[in-house]
Amino acid sequence: MGFSKTQNDGVAILKVEGQLIVGNRQELKGLVQEGLDRGERKFVIDCTQTGYIDSSGLGALVSLSRKVREQGGELRIAGLNDDLRALFELTKLDTLFHISPTADEALASF
Amino acid sequence: MDEGSAAPLRLCVRRSGTRPGLPADGTAASVWVAMRVPADVSCVEEVVELMARHCFAGTEPSRRTSFRLRVLLAEALTNSILFGAGGDPTRTVRVAAEVAIDTIRLQVTDDGPGFDPDTVTDPTLPATVRRPIGRGLFLIRNLADRVEFNSQGNTIWMTLPRA
Repeated sequence: MGFSKTQNDGVAILKVEGQLIVGNRQELKGLVQEGLDRGERKFVIDCTQTGYIDSSGLGALVSLSRKVREQGGELRIAGLNDDLRALFELTKLDTLFHISPTADEALASF
Repeated sequence: MDEGSAAPLRLCVRRSGTRPGLPADGTAASVWVAMRVPADVSCVEEVVELMARHCFAGTEPSRRTSFRLRVLLAEALTNSILFGAGGDPTRTVRVAAEVAIDTIRLQVTDDGPGFDPDTVTDPTLPATVRRPIGRGLFLIRNLADRVEFNSQGNTIWMTLPRA
């Protein structure tokens, strides 16, 4: 369980490997905040390797999205499998986030 | 409260006998799995995986079922740890599963005052959907086939298929 971060064309890609839950959401928040502090404004949360997300993880994405938007940037989601996509649809978070099938497509969409 | 944060996770598996704490509903339990967990959110993932392994022992659940069980347990456990036990790792919460052939009934109990599940707001409304909190019970109600609480509101039961 953890996060890895890469840069591509001015976009920060944060890969969630494992779960995004109450126990590690602060780590993700810290990574995005560090990026914002360095001037990064475009973020992709890549969930291709994500097992499950709980309500704390969803909440972290919501608050990060707002924080990034307040600084003139955007945080997008990519790589949701069927179960994760269903979670976003169930909670109507699919209406708040730009969701791409893959990280590459998310990159291309900026 | 017989253990603190340094205590190892202890899991009890009972293959027959009584079903402590569960309301009788006519289902025949084949395996009862129970744990006492420190009220520390850093334990959640490990507990979920341990319980999932025992709940699905000898069977191959669908990806959807596996996902549902993990999210349900993570949600209920987190609620009990944070709101029931105040995130105090010297306190504990209890997690159990009654594993029958076709169903799993999960139980999470804390020693807190409980809450009224009927007072929880719908997090999908235009006024609430942008809030970072308030989705836990909503997810539980939508991912479980059946959700029950005791009258005090400090025990939750969640039933889902095992396949």
